[in-house]
Amino acid sequence: MTAVATVPPRDDTGVLRAALPHLAPFLAVFAAAMILPLVGNDYWALIGTRMAIYWVLVSGLNLVVGFAGHLAIGYVALLTLGAYTTSVLVAGNVMPPLPVFAALPVAACVGALFGVIVGLPALRLRTFYFAMSTLGFATIVTQIALAWQSVTGGGIGIAGPEFPAPFNTAWGFYFLCMAIAAFTTWISANVARSRYGRALIALRDAEVAAEATGISKPKMLIAIFLLAGALASVAGGLFASLQTYITPDAFTFDLSILFFIAILIGGRGSILGPMLGTIILTILPEIAAPLAAWSTFLYAVLLLVIVLVMPGGIAALLDFRNRRPLAANRAIVPCPTALADIMRGRAGGKTLNKTLALRGVALSFGNVRAIDGLDLDVAPGQIHGLIGPNGSGKTTTLNVISGYYAARAGTMTLGDDTLPPGLPVLRAAQGIARTFQTPRVIGEASVLENVMIGGSIEGRASFIEALLALPRNRQDERTLAAKARALLGVVGLEGLAEVRADRLQHSELRFIEIARALMLDPDFLLLDEPAAGLSNDEIARLAELIKAISARGVGVLLVEHHADLIFDICHYVTVLNLGRTLAAGTPADIRVHKEVVSAYLGG
Amino acid sequence: MLASILASGLAAGAIYALVGVTYNTMFSTSRVMSFTAGQLAMLGGVFGSMFTLKLGMPAIAGFVLTLLGCALIGIITEYVAVRPVLKSLDQHLYVLSTLAVALMIQQVAAIKWGTEPQPFPRLIGWGGGVLDEKFWLPVLACAITILGLEYLYRRTLVGRAFVAIAEDNFAARALGLPERNLRIASYALAGIIGGVAGFSGGELLLAFFANGALLNFYGFVPVALGGLGNNRGAVIGGLALGLFQQAANFLVGGIFSSVAVFTLFIVVLLTAPQGLFGASTARRV
Repeated sequence: MTAVATVPPRDDTGVLRAALPHLAPFLAVFAAAMILPLVGNDYWALIGTRMAIYWVLVSGLNLVVGFAGHLAIGYVALLTLGAYTTSVLVAGNVMPPLPVFAALPVAACVGALFGVIVGLPALRLRTFYFAMSTLGFATIVTQIALAWQSVTGGGIGIAGPEFPAPFNTAWGFYFLCMAIAAFTTWISANVARSRYGRALIALRDAEVAAEATGISKPKMLIAIFLLAGALASVAGGLFASLQTYITPDAFTFDLSILFFIAILIGGRGSILGPMLGTIILTILPEIAAPLAAWSTFLYAVLLLVIVLVMPGGIAALLDFRNRRPLAANRAIVPCPTALADIMRGRAGGKTLNKTLALRGVALSFGNVRAIDGLDLDVAPGQIHGLIGPNGSGKTTTLNVISGYYAARAGTMTLGDDTLPPGLPVLRAAQGIARTFQTPRVIGEASVLENVMIGGSIEGRASFIEALLALPRNRQDERTLAAKARALLGVVGLEGLAEVRADRLQHSELRFIEIARALMLDPDFLLLDEPAAGLSNDEIARLAELIKAISARGVGVLLVEHHADLIFDICHYVTVLNLGRTLAAGTPADIRVHKEVVSAYLGG
Repeated sequence: MLASILASGLAAGAIYALVGVTYNTMFSTSRVMSFTAGQLAMLGGVFGSMFTLKLGMPAIAGFVLTLLGCALIGIITEYVAVRPVLKSLDQHLYVLSTLAVALMIQQVAAIKWGTEPQPFPRLIGWGGGVLDEKFWLPVLACAITILGLEYLYRRTLVGRAFVAIAEDNFAARALGLPERNLRIASYALAGIIGGVAGFSGGELLLAFFANGALLNFYGFVPVALGGLGNNRGAVIGGLALGLFQQAANFLVGGIFSSVAVFTLFIVVLLTAPQGLFGASTARRV
């Protein structure tokens, strides 16, 4: 089951019915949590409370590890930080004592701050490097807790905060922690199903494509690290209270491993999976008491088994919907006429005179001149073909336009504005969308979600609004989903909207990329070999689709090797060779151009 | 004090450098950064103490058995945690699989060996004060290992095959090099280097299960400083790290030295992600 559920615009009962299969497992867990006080003793209250506290931390960490894909293995550091901050503030070691309900929010702010500090390296580092930096941070925090005796009590420790009545009994505290856990479940699920959650997954699995749709990695990651840090810190405050007395020994690295592995057992990009993972890992040592000493070993074995045998985790096991076989002989039948209802028409509009113009653009890799003084104009409503032998600089030209490479010389202008070199994230806002030579699609997300990614910058709700599922966020979701569905209809894939994208055929991925690019309502569309790998029928349908798109006033820059397609639909063709323009003109001119025929077309 | 800083700094630095070389040796043939590097060095100390003190073997026999044990662990790592995830290297599953194996090693060591640091025997009995063998032994071991590796990589056929695979895996396989066997060999070699690090540093670090996690981090810093797969960078980075850490240790105290090391690590990674001596990374698009 993908956690990022979509809510189509229906009446209230319909919404409820659609959401019920997603909600049912959560309601079951919640019901079990409510029944526990009736059947369990204080020992179970302790375990239930611990579970809830761990989940408060894991629900935030899940967004970092499971959604954004950053291997933060040292999150016990933020638990420690929250525990000590709350305890010290309540005990009044450094300033007048605060009531615990005032200390927790302060701890949350401190945690959020350090969450970002620990997370910042993730902007530059990936995988092992980032894992190491969180690991290093975890060792430091423990050492500081040990050494800063005047505040933390050093190795002797400090008393945890005590909650006022009615939360000072085992079950009272249990209900408090459960309430907080339920709240964090709700907000993390809200983030997950908003455009922010989709953007995180996009940055994880298709970073380059995410940038082209205008998703800013630093903004997204900082928001998520703030949230995860705050939640971890609150969990720390509750943890300190549960322990009644904390020493640095209470925060072993094993705890970090528990949090981390709970998410991996649960599965990436899911909320339910990691929640079940947390429950299982918390109970495991309790029901197998002789194994308690070996619990970390067990976690490690579980981790290895998960990685080697079922990388999808529990979430993939529970994903029944995506096991149903897809129809074998499905054809992509685009419906270009429907475009008129979705895209704003540009013919006669005020954007008519905005031309994308390149002048003298040059770029070299080492001593290789990939592009060497290129002039190119793409007018609105025009299909501009860019052809040439391999290595002639076609894709490089697209990458320069979309900002992945900064040109060494020359200018790019869009109407009267200059396009800044580099900065791919800004291109979407300037109305430039693109597809990629190898489709860059998020395999683990549904087709619909993949297309919705394309409209990320159109959402108006802030992160806070998404967190609390406020009306503006719900409005965003409805608009984006409706538009994405309509565009899937245009490219002929509406029947596959709910299917995981990694189950699709190559040709279908190409059309998904086009639908995603159209989500932007772009002024200019850059297509990088859209016909590669398509059958002849599909190429013919693609041609109709591209013509319909340009008829809406979109300037299309088409890189392609299929000469038939180019000469069939292009208004203007530029031929590149060794990074220079070999020829430029109408298809009829190019077809008889002597040098082009000998260098490229043959015959 | 300067002499103490130099002696302990170079000794610790040599151990960090050797752990860094352990990382590099595994990385070169498999493109995998393995969390087991520090654990191998920890095992060097634990095995060494076990064979020589507990079982009363002569130092030489204990040394050889320690290296064999570490080589075996290295080979097991390759089979269990590396080979199965090589097919999808871009998913970085190796981070998790090697972490799992490292945790298992650490946990077994903690339970079977004990969670208290245990003594490591004096091996030779030369020198005292700042020239004590516990200071010069790791430096000597590091020097010999580096010279040995240089000889291996430059003068022997097997070593050149290693270099070929590290340089271009596909081309090397196309030439008919037995890539899989060479990879296993490199993991055994990494085990031996880690074992040398732990054994020669045993008197300084003692036989302690928690050294694994510590050396994982302190051994990775030289790799990050020197650039991935660059042994000379790792040695320079390791010695610099050891001196920096011990100087901070003597001047401002132990806690701040680890904060200083961590800050240095983060700053270097953020300003030069490819390391100070490394090559720039590949294109993304």
